[in-house]
Amino acid sequence: MPIKTAPRSDDKTFDVAVIGGGMIGPAVSLGLLERGLKVCILDEGDDVLRVARGNFGLVWFQGKGFGMPRYVEWTRRSATLYPDFAAELKEYTGVDIGHANPGGLELLLGDEEMAHRRHYLGQIYQQAGGNAYEVEFLDRKQIEDMMPGVTFGDEVTGASYSPLDGHVNPLFLLRAMHTRFQQMGGTYLPHHRVDGVTGNGSAYELKTAGGMVHAPKVVIAAGHGLRQLGPPLGLDVPIRPQRGHILVTERTRPLLPMPMSAFRQTHEGSIMLGVSAEEAGYDDRINTATVARIAERAGRIVPALRQLNIVRSWAALRVLTPDKCPVYQESASHPGIYAIASHSGVTLAAVNAKVASGWIAGDPAPVEFEAFGLERFDVQKTA
Amino acid sequence: MFKRRHNNMQTVPIIVDGIDIAAMEGESVAAAVLASSDEATRTTPVSGASRAPYCMMGVCFECLMEIDGIANRQACMVRVRPGMRITRQQGARMLRSDIE
Repeated sequence: MPIKTAPRSDDKTFDVAVIGGGMIGPAVSLGLLERGLKVCILDEGDDVLRVARGNFGLVWFQGKGFGMPRYVEWTRRSATLYPDFAAELKEYTGVDIGHANPGGLELLLGDEEMAHRRHYLGQIYQQAGGNAYEVEFLDRKQIEDMMPGVTFGDEVTGASYSPLDGHVNPLFLLRAMHTRFQQMGGTYLPHHRVDGVTGNGSAYELKTAGGMVHAPKVVIAAGHGLRQLGPPLGLDVPIRPQRGHILVTERTRPLLPMPMSAFRQTHEGSIMLGVSAEEAGYDDRINTATVARIAERAGRIVPALRQLNIVRSWAALRVLTPDKCPVYQESASHPGIYAIASHSGVTLAAVNAKVASGWIAGDPAPVEFEAFGLERFDVQKTA
Repeated sequence: MFKRRHNNMQTVPIIVDGIDIAAMEGESVAAAVLASSDEATRTTPVSGASRAPYCMMGVCFECLMEIDGIANRQACMVRVRPGMRITRQQGARMLRSDIE
């Protein structure tokens, strides 16, 4: 007996197809949905590199944007937008992403580290052309006065401080964005690995593991996947993986009132330790020596941390451009296809949702984007 | 209340919340506490809810107690020793300023 096939309900046609369900894709998608666009997120399964699940959770301003004042401005914009962004996510999804903006410190051990940090941040300040740069240096006594409950190691000489620094719970951020995305009518399509994009400037066809998807606009926010997807579409973005490690301690009573770059105490009481950078290709396994080095330095800064057991550790692969600054680029050969690449998916989530989305929807590009294009990597042109 | 399947082992005196308890040689702190009382062994740092040993094999971290002055110890992974002082843990561990 012939089986009648039901009318196919899998007509996958959207205004914007966003490739990538990590920190960047969902953030941008929220802004697109707010503008009434029909949006899908094409994601893979959990057997792939999940950079967005390995985050430390800093919303961090100080030290970003060396050599690129526009990135300083873009980061400031995101930090400024964050309180409302977090409140909005909580209001609609009930998920508290734990955003706090108590300011942040980069603790420094010895005069040499102080001098180096002063020089580095001083250059960022000068590059900004005399504009305000919300970073200051504190000596040891000022840090102690700021945090009377914390005993610092003998080697701590001071810190750089920014009132714009803060932190979130990155896993709750990811969950809140995905929840909000579906609440607003977005279509989340897991197991839709994109194998190719064809078409011209007005209609694109995406060949995915879950069938064909059609959209006039495509955003590639696929993390390391951009290396394969981008080049045939005129988006040869020179990103590479850089491995970072994170350690998590057992929970303790509130000890650290603000994030200190290399470590932060979560709302629930765990202390996360991080900051490492290794060139290890796509190998995201743990390097025990690195874990030990991270723990050792944290103990030199706040010796009481040595009492704590490490209960988890993992490594994840940053999406890093050669200048560590983000890429926001529309393809010249394939108009309507956009690439976004950055290792600061958490920090930039608010500005990606509220501002970068407008650029994809058709607004004029934000002024900062003059610096975020691919041409800066073209040695021939800039030489 | 839990009952031991064998009661013929050597006893080990321990102190749980100030009360003398006869533990059995070779058993874990979690086993000894469960055999002596059906009360919760800690409260969580996040919600304050009561908790007690669960997996008994070092995985779930539900059995955290203060043992000989050190909080957050996995009671199921620590074997009883004579004179051990064990305290039910309230909330998160406090770091001590007198040791490093």
